[in-house]
Amino acid sequence: MGTPQTKSDPNTARLSGLSLPKGAGWASAARKSALERVITMGLPGRRDEYWKYTDPKGLNGPVAAEAAIIDSTDAPGFSADSLKIVFVDGVFNAEASDDLTLAGIEIDRLEDVTASDIHWARDVYGVLEQAGQDPVARPLAALNTAVASDGVVIRATGKAAKPVSILYMRKSETADVVLHHVIKVENGAELTVLEDGSAAARLNMVIEVDVADGGAFHHIRTQGREHERQAVTHIFGRLGQESLFKSFTLTINGALTRNEAVLEFTGDNATAHVAGAAVGDGKFHHDDTVFITHDAENCESRQVYKKVLRNGARGVFQGKILVKAGAQKTDGYQISKALLLDDDSQFLAKPELEIYADDVICSHGSTTGAIDEDALFYLRSRGVELAKAQDLLVLAFLADAIDEIDDDGICEELLTRLQAWLERRQD
Amino acid sequence: MLEINNLHVKLEEEDKQILKGVNLKLEPGTVHAIMGPNGSGKSTLSYVLSGKGGYQVTDGSATLDGNDLLDLEPEERAAAGLFLAFQYPTEIPGVGNMTFLRTAVNSQRKLRGQDEMSAGDFLKLVRSTAKDLKIDADMLKRPVNVGFSGGEKKRNEILQMAMLEPKMCILDETDSGLDVDAMKLVAKGVNALRDGKRSFLVITHYQRLLDHIKPDVVHIMAAGRIIKTGGPDLALEVENNGYADILAEVA
Ligand SMILES: Nc1ncnc2c1ncn2[C@@H]1O[C@H](COP(=O)(O)OP(=O)(O)OP(=O)(O)O)[C@@H](O)[C@H]1O
Ligand SMILES: [Mg+2]
Repeated sequence: MGTPQTKSDPNTARLSGLSLPKGAGWASAARKSALERVITMGLPGRRDEYWKYTDPKGLNGPVAAEAAIIDSTDAPGFSADSLKIVFVDGVFNAEASDDLTLAGIEIDRLEDVTASDIHWARDVYGVLEQAGQDPVARPLAALNTAVASDGVVIRATGKAAKPVSILYMRKSETADVVLHHVIKVENGAELTVLEDGSAAARLNMVIEVDVADGGAFHHIRTQGREHERQAVTHIFGRLGQESLFKSFTLTINGALTRNEAVLEFTGDNATAHVAGAAVGDGKFHHDDTVFITHDAENCESRQVYKKVLRNGARGVFQGKILVKAGAQKTDGYQISKALLLDDDSQFLAKPELEIYADDVICSHGSTTGAIDEDALFYLRSRGVELAKAQDLLVLAFLADAIDEIDDDGICEELLTRLQAWLERRQD
Repeated sequence: MLEINNLHVKLEEEDKQILKGVNLKLEPGTVHAIMGPNGSGKSTLSYVLSGKGGYQVTDGSATLDGNDLLDLEPEERAAAGLFLAFQYPTEIPGVGNMTFLRTAVNSQRKLRGQDEMSAGDFLKLVRSTAKDLKIDADMLKRPVNVGFSGGEKKRNEILQMAMLEPKMCILDETDSGLDVDAMKLVAKGVNALRDGKRSFLVITHYQRLLDHIKPDVVHIMAAGRIIKTGGPDLALEVENNGYADILAEVA
């Protein structure tokens, strides 16, 4: 982080004046302390090393820029059977949602949880977020903890009977939304969370996921296809012994997206896979920032990020693997690749390894390239039209990232969406 | 009929002339072989005919059944019936061989204004064609040419040729890298496609392929020109004596 902002910063004045949501004592305390933390850290600025490649202005400012709503008949969601939780312009919508009861899990609204004096969520809400502030400050996540009033709180106690889908719909072109989800996967429990839809003109989302020993958490999300949309998201994960954490994000379009994943292994023999595929053109700016801390033995982490950039789009990847002393037998892998469809597009990557243990295997790689002309010619020489040949090669490029998803049905659905993106852009 | 007249080709990026006036005429149903020293321009000719970038035609023409090939996009040339079995088939990670074949077959049909082949008909055709070439199901599932052995890549080329049923087939050193049995298999695949109308231009360094695929005409290419044309015996002469005599003769 750069130097703290000075008092003259208008953002600081605005922050001090924020009124926080009402709630039970523990919730108010968490929010108040989060706000104090943001004020101390200051909001991110262009001079912060961590925001070198992404201008946070659109995410920081007092009001959200308008983002047109795409006129689409498809409601968000995947075809697999799931329990649906619907947010409209960032507000939970009971009517559109399913009944929130499901064998193996408990689901509550954040609003209700923060009003209760006693709730397990007090040990997670803002706690994982705060833990994730060290060694790199993430002020927008702390701001989220301070002001979020809505979100879902899920506790899996067994194997969830089906996935939980959190679906976002938009009615307002200017909605400026803050959402905070809290998830706890208990010892040996298993939960899949799916997210779909673009939540707002501007979204600040935090998801805290506490996976206890032997728990398994699967997460697949897509971020909507609206062009002017701006979003900053943080997923904070704490992984117990022999736990599993898998998260995949598909991003299609959006003016500015910063997705941070901040994971920490606290128990031995755990596994974390994070992956993302992002495609966009023109004003599209997409930033994947990942920070994985190995503080336990024999854990495996894997990062696979792919981007397809067109018409001057920009992609950013900052990925770090930190292996603390004692985290022996760590297996860390990281790859980030971008396919640039023209010379105007740009990919900036900052892969980092910081290792304090001696018996570890860590590797990272990053590549930027254009479509393989030989492959393109080979396809065309077989009669495949230029546009179709390019599409095939773009999807082939993204395949490694999509393959990180275990569920074949969802892979197919995501490929269909990518195909549609390619087709929409051909004229 | 493929007709090439006075074809001159240089590299786009460099001032390097590679083809210096190639003339060639293939009647329907015939097999012509082209032999010639390394670097004489054989592959370049096949690339220019199929529309690969990086080359510039400075003079001459090439037509297939009267259509100006040089004016068409590579995919249009394919749809017009031209097929090149590559000397070095390209690996395409992430694209399954089966998806590739189906896309190719249906793209050509679309370009020709025909209906797509049904999934069922396609599968039947692939399976039987692959079986004749001893290409197993695993090779069909894998990404195009990725991790294929040299011989497997060449058989995969012939599989594509058989599936696409072109009018004019160019085989660029399809025999190189093949063991004796695989070569017989490939030759059998090619011969099965000989129907009296389809023509073949077979580029090779060795007589042994021509033992199996019998050419009607043999051309010798050197330094960007066809310097000698003859019957099947010409290939035997090259096999026995190399190119020295022929080169000396025309010099
Ligand atoms: N893209 C290119 N860039 C540079 N040189 C080229 C290129 N394509 C062809 N050449 C040169 O043109 C000449 C002819 O090459 P070509 O591949 O056509 O030969 P060939 O007859 O097929 O040889 P071989 O028998 O070894 O396959 C060679 O000198 C080659 O190096
Ligand atoms: Mg060659």
